[in-house]
Amino acid sequence: MRLSRHSYSTLRSIQGPLVFVDRVMEARMGEVVSIIFPDGRETEGEVLRIERDTVLIQVVGDSRGLDMDRTRVVFTDAVKRAPLSLAVLDRVFSGSFRPLDGLPMFVPEQWAPVAGLPMNPVARARPQEMIETGFSTIDGLNTLVKGQKLPIFSCAGLPSREVAAGILEHARSTAAASGAAATSVVVFVALGLAHHEYAYYRQSLERMQGEFVAFINLAQDPVVERLLAPRYGLTVAEHLAFAHGRDVLVVITDMTNYCDALREVSTAREELPGRRGYPGYLYSDLASLYERAGRIKGRPGSVTLLPVVTMPEDDITHPIPDLTGYITEGQVVLSRELHQRGIFPPVDVLPSLSRLMQQGIGRGRTREDHRAIANALYMHYASGRDLRRLEAIVGREGMGEGDRHMLDFADAFEREIVHQGDVRRSIGETLDLSRALLERFGLALP
Amino acid sequence: MSGRIVGISGPTVSVELAGLQLYERVRVGHVGLLGEVVRLERDRAIVQVYESTRGLCVGEPVEGTGAQLTVHLGPGLLGQMFDGLQRPLAAVLEAQGPFIQPGGGHGLSPCASPLRFVPARQAGDAIAGGEILGVAEEGAFRHAIRATGGAGVLRSIASGECAGDAPLAVFEDGREVTAWHEWPVRVPRPYRRKLAQFEPLVTGQRCIDFLFPLARGGSAIFPGGFGTGKTLLEQSIAKFADVDIVIYVGCGERGNEMAEMLDDFAALDDPWSRRPLMSRTVVVVNTSNMPVAAREASIYTAVTLAEYYRDQGCHVLLLADSLSRWAEALREISSALEEMPGEEGYPTYLASRMAEFFARAGVVETLDGKVGSLTVLLSISPPGGDFTEPVTQACLRNTGAFFMLDTALAHRRHFPAIHWFQSFSLYEAEVAAHLDRKVAPDWSALRQETRALLQREESLREVAEIVGTEGLQDADRLLMRTAERIRREFLAQNAYTDDAFSSPQRTHERISAILGGHREAAARLARGERLEDVGVLQAVAPGKTG
Repeated sequence: MRLSRHSYSTLRSIQGPLVFVDRVMEARMGEVVSIIFPDGRETEGEVLRIERDTVLIQVVGDSRGLDMDRTRVVFTDAVKRAPLSLAVLDRVFSGSFRPLDGLPMFVPEQWAPVAGLPMNPVARARPQEMIETGFSTIDGLNTLVKGQKLPIFSCAGLPSREVAAGILEHARSTAAASGAAATSVVVFVALGLAHHEYAYYRQSLERMQGEFVAFINLAQDPVVERLLAPRYGLTVAEHLAFAHGRDVLVVITDMTNYCDALREVSTAREELPGRRGYPGYLYSDLASLYERAGRIKGRPGSVTLLPVVTMPEDDITHPIPDLTGYITEGQVVLSRELHQRGIFPPVDVLPSLSRLMQQGIGRGRTREDHRAIANALYMHYASGRDLRRLEAIVGREGMGEGDRHMLDFADAFEREIVHQGDVRRSIGETLDLSRALLERFGLALP
Repeated sequence: MSGRIVGISGPTVSVELAGLQLYERVRVGHVGLLGEVVRLERDRAIVQVYESTRGLCVGEPVEGTGAQLTVHLGPGLLGQMFDGLQRPLAAVLEAQGPFIQPGGGHGLSPCASPLRFVPARQAGDAIAGGEILGVAEEGAFRHAIRATGGAGVLRSIASGECAGDAPLAVFEDGREVTAWHEWPVRVPRPYRRKLAQFEPLVTGQRCIDFLFPLARGGSAIFPGGFGTGKTLLEQSIAKFADVDIVIYVGCGERGNEMAEMLDDFAALDDPWSRRPLMSRTVVVVNTSNMPVAAREASIYTAVTLAEYYRDQGCHVLLLADSLSRWAEALREISSALEEMPGEEGYPTYLASRMAEFFARAGVVETLDGKVGSLTVLLSISPPGGDFTEPVTQACLRNTGAFFMLDTALAHRRHFPAIHWFQSFSLYEAEVAAHLDRKVAPDWSALRQETRALLQREESLREVAEIVGTEGLQDADRLLMRTAERIRREFLAQNAYTDDAFSSPQRTHERISAILGGHREAAARLARGERLEDVGVLQAVAPGKTG
């Protein structure tokens, strides 16, 4: 602990969101500072690097109006921490954890560092309880389980918000459906969203009628705040899950804006750029968010993570979806082609995947025939999709009867199983429909 | 020897402390974070810190230890899970709760579990340096315990049940001998000589064992984009491989996966020895959100553990998932050190570091004259699934086998998604000669036949894309159906069923049956029968892989 308040006005330079301060005594890595503008306004900053008595500070918030002579930087001797309490429930905060709903700030029960600590792999419980989202393509073919991190890969113009909102409104744990008390909470983190999108999500949070916490950073809000908001959200989620035993579903949208903010700061720091200008540590940085999903052995509660990623140029090999896919336990991929054919949700099941599905399905979890049905649907749909290429060359008439049959199957699968509009389907309904479809086409289960 | 921190940048800290050596282990800050000296300058040293530097303050103390970063080698390691610095994670959990606190756990001994010691000498005996004092038992394993330091006379020697970290023998001059010893992680353990022999390492995966066999003492990489089943394949091999010891490194990967793996492994037996699987396994894990510098070290920790068992005359398999994350850690540290970047920002020494690592694999004659082997199997996660990136390319120059995991195969749920045209194994000839002798004399011949068939199918498929399958001749349609059977019933293997492990005998039976059926049907076609009447040709039951 320092005995006196450390305040400096020895700025060396200001570059965008970065400020260098000279002649600083005993700065801490990650220390929170408050930056006082010449006109008395105040904003927060964080120590990024220390070289002898020169300190590099990242300004959270707008740096316009800072000057070299009158700006003061006050060091707080503490790393960034989040206030925690059950009183966060049903509240809306900014990306800097300030109330946006007109109510006063709550009194925290405790504080925890926002960066979080890595969970001991030995302490992790294996995720295996299914969360029913109401979408057949997810429940039936890419099952989501508690403690999983499953991103939605979308493209500009595709209804990712309708899919995410649909999951928020319809998700329930299969255990809860069978009578146990529902204790789920949604933590919603908006990063750089346009106002109309936020308004849409806001409505669905209200319709959902469950408990939620929202951290909102809109397109016009400070860029650096986007790096902070998901960490506040996850710190709150961990607290609700592991101190209060809640099942927490964290929705972060849009991770592409997060990565762009990280690139902006990295470039300002003059770091070596990696692929497409993103910093070389993008993987580790994303992992420090995504890996916070999970369950702990012997404790109730879980953190399940559903980030939304908009793929730039519809390119799944772009660094953001690519690195995300390497960290997360699968992905739900939306397809422009299906969307244009009016199919909702436009989930392309072939590149989609849930790595933790195997444990969440089958006898005692969903249904004994779940795996066989999913395998059969995949196999026949994949061969139907292959045949579409042939159809494009030789035309339907030039194809054999067997091939035409598989083409019909692929169409029917998209129309009847993938497409469901606003209707919520239980896992039982999804499996019954799928079974009926396979039988109708004479495709037996093994 | 104590100095202070003068600068902090990411995972590196610069310190004012004279008298440090390169690669010396240091303790950083009030909480005592573990670090390693990576660069020395006239007035300061740069330390790579193995834990999060958040909250560290300029001016906090730094202490040199005079020793390098080491691992503990001895009885009690099997069945445990360690982090990249060999902290025993189960003990860390007990001491700290479910989240890992920085600076803790370094006092916890990795070899603390009790052991049984059978002395070969007794108190009062005169002992030469390096002489065997007795044998420590760990399950089925016998660790020979040697006198360390010079010659001397034994004052006392233990017998029967002992604590794992207690001294087993004490000399008259007060020197103690423990069951474990320390070894610097970055120094390869010595052996008498390397042998050039290639026996098969059976993995239980038909596609590998049959088409691209692996040899004991060899190395293999399998690169693949995300979702191509790298981890699943690696874990299947860790379960079923025909070796004595498995060292599994989760390097910068998912925590939930490790929980899953521990769960699975605890419930299974080694198919070769029928003993619990965990009793032959050591897991080293540094998940993607654990500090990057420790991720860099984890590979070396693991390979040193592997060499320790190799030196006992064991066949050891080291699996790392994934080497790309290790390379990225290297890049992150290099960038914090402001080194000149090479290709894609990786340091220019990436390829030579990798070559050094691959060189630690091999079949050796140990210092005791036993034969041991160390095989390495590494997964690679190329960005965007693009194999022209530096990590894959650097590995290709060093590896003996290459299993390319294909995204298109994975999308149609064909696992393991090993591409049968792009992959290769340099051990093919030697290993096949072995299997011809051990399993079946027609092993190599069947392999050639399978290869030719798949190759022929590929060209037929191009024709079929234009004229449709119905437009092909009967003999060609038969071949395409047989190739499909090979793909579905032979190359594909469902890791969640009994079929997850296929012994060489079973592999041989299955391919003989498929090819035998094909030959018979082809003969009947040649006699003028129609394809529709040839019985073996019913469509394969959907999803039937088992």
